[in-house]
Amino acid sequence: MTLDKNGIAKRIAKEVKDGYYVNLGIGIPTLVANFVRDDIEVEFQSENGVLGMGPFPFEGDEDADIINAGKQTITTMPGASFFDSATSFGMIRGKHVHLTILGAMEVAENGDIANWKIPGKMVKGMGGAMDLVASADNIIVAMMHTNKRGESKLLKKCSLPLTGVGCVTKVVTNLAVLEVKDNTFHLLERAPGVSVEEIQKATEGTLVVNGEIPEMIL
Amino acid sequence: MINKKVNNVKEALVGVESEMTFMLGGFGLCGIPENAIAELVKLGVTNVTCISNNAGVDDFGLGLLLQNKQIKKMISSYVGENDEFERQMLSGELEVELTPQGTLAEKCRAAQAGFPAFYTPAGYGTEVAEGKENREFNGKMYVLEPAFNADFAFVKAWKGDAAGNLIFKGTARNFNANMCGAAKITVAEVEELVPVGELDPNNIHIPGIFVQRIFQGENYEKRIEQRTVRQK
Repeated sequence: MTLDKNGIAKRIAKEVKDGYYVNLGIGIPTLVANFVRDDIEVEFQSENGVLGMGPFPFEGDEDADIINAGKQTITTMPGASFFDSATSFGMIRGKHVHLTILGAMEVAENGDIANWKIPGKMVKGMGGAMDLVASADNIIVAMMHTNKRGESKLLKKCSLPLTGVGCVTKVVTNLAVLEVKDNTFHLLERAPGVSVEEIQKATEGTLVVNGEIPEMIL
Repeated sequence: MINKKVNNVKEALVGVESEMTFMLGGFGLCGIPENAIAELVKLGVTNVTCISNNAGVDDFGLGLLLQNKQIKKMISSYVGENDEFERQMLSGELEVELTPQGTLAEKCRAAQAGFPAFYTPAGYGTEVAEGKENREFNGKMYVLEPAFNADFAFVKAWKGDAAGNLIFKGTARNFNANMCGAAKITVAEVEELVPVGELDPNNIHIPGIFVQRIFQGENYEKRIEQRTVRQK
């Protein structure tokens, strides 16, 4: 059984450790916050200028001045802080944020990532993604293993304009958890009921399979 | 106290002309200088360059200037919320310089703080770095990015006083704080202009030295782009 978006988010939540400052991108990454264990202390950073982001407000409590990077109304947790954009990216560039989780259109076996532009079709901009991937040491990509046409998104080489080079450390998809190292994708875990062969078939880049690959525990 | 107070948005925008470069604070529609944008529409200046993280939505924020075809060039990090923007860009009517968000913020801050340029790792190895100096420091590659050079910065704050001191609220601080003092003239509009002496000097976000003109804004709409709530 392949994972849905919530399943991917649930698996990634296990990568979030006690004491981490975490930046969540838009889409699946945003869902990760819903699955983080509540017995650990974690603060979510949103690059538009808040640390200690909380859940969505109750109806009627929305404040136009308190939003996340996806322009959604949010709340803050006790101990939260607000700051300007340069300070926010200072946190990111200065490696004070421990973990970055973001989506991607393509990831290459050397850790390159593309997620901001489809030439001639979609030009929305990179937002903060280029700063995030160029700076963070720990970058997890959350995405589907293949695109809508069934083509692999884990490639030997990205075909789309790059967001960053050699930066992705881990990829969690609907099929698998993979570590990116030595210019290859190392298969760490399979989604429940998904075979190594299925993962191999959906992976265009070099896949390294060492020994028995366990199923994810969600 | 050096008085920066002007009576209204009209006075605040004296000297604004076509062909100029403007900085506009805000993230999405959060913290945008609504009064200044409305006045720029009214003044009808054309061929302007706008430095702003986003381009508003079709019928609000900088989208209003786009609809009027007043903008020649946009320098932004993300423009996905505006269909008219995408249309003008893909048809070639609008020149666009997409800039990583942290670089955009730092190009403002550098201008504010007197740095001509800085090195950042953002965009290295991508098309953003093309034609720019790349340099290695401690084994990592960086891209040289110049500071911005703008004629006017339009920012919006929560509270301010005639000395030009500003306090922002929530995430409406964003680029507003970094753009103060980053252009030849900084115009601040505030939700509440309070008497001098009322703001606690310990809590000032932007000291008045970075602001040339300040005025009491009016009729703030403060539109919410993505109203997300949970059930009680």
